[in-house]
Amino acid sequence: MLTLQCPYCGVWAEETELHAEGEAHLKRFGPGSDDADFESYLFMRENPKGVHLERWRHASGCGKFFHAARSTTTLEVFGTYAAQTLEPPQDIKDKISAKIPNWSWREFS
Amino acid sequence: MSEAVSALNGASFEGFAKVEETGLRGMITVRGDLTSKEMAAAVKTATGAAVPVQRKVAVGGSGVVAWMSPDELLVVVDYDQAEATVVQMNEVLSGVHALVANVSDARAVFRLSGDGSRDVLAKLAPVDFAQDAFGSGGIRRSRIAQVPAAVWGNDDGSFEIICFRSVAQYVFDVLKISAQSGGEVGFH
Repeated sequence: MLTLQCPYCGVWAEETELHAEGEAHLKRFGPGSDDADFESYLFMRENPKGVHLERWRHASGCGKFFHAARSTTTLEVFGTYAAQTLEPPQDIKDKISAKIPNWSWREFS
Repeated sequence: MSEAVSALNGASFEGFAKVEETGLRGMITVRGDLTSKEMAAAVKTATGAAVPVQRKVAVGGSGVVAWMSPDELLVVVDYDQAEATVVQMNEVLSGVHALVANVSDARAVFRLSGDGSRDVLAKLAPVDFAQDAFGSGGIRRSRIAQVPAAVWGNDDGSFEIICFRSVAQYVFDVLKISAQSGGEVGFH
């Protein structure tokens, strides 16, 4: 079972206390954007074999959204970080690189 | 004014641990910047306690304050003091971005006491209830079986569980099943 540490309340929460909220770091394209951007914002999602950045919500706990970096193949969790960021913090990137050199996920690597 | 009645009107059950609904309780949700001096002053006036640190409960002369999330507190006072406390806190917090709401009638509170209390809870929530991981003065928001709940530990070794009033009967029923004689685990 997946256990993630909520960066807001510090609790090591297991999967049933959390809610998966899809992909992390989506850039919103709203009214006025062109059709291709809007389509990719709405429908195009990563489905990687390996490193994945996800958004989770501590639904039965403090209720906050946060981000997690983990591997979809080994289920290893590289770390969790606050949602108020546009890219994964350097220490999380370093942890991933230590295990999986040359990883990339969307524009991050 | 109609007569206020708690969700289960003080129902209780005695198995290998004792489960009781505690009756009416004044509960106030406070949201805002917990580090601000206005918030510290408001909490002090309402309860006499300081703002609790992460996942802790602070006890004051006239009430209890529980840490609910990085921007939320739960102030517990006597039921008939709740409205007055809301007014008082709003006065102290006037001018800063904050919310104070009386949620007393939206919640139910249970007390769980007895040697097997930790086992009763451990059967229902995905939380480490070992003595060194969760002691008195700690609060944990999690779930009880299928519904959200918060649990805190009292100094006398008992636990108090807060849930939404709409699921009070459900929570009481699962606590009863978990505490029924013959279901002792003896782990904690």
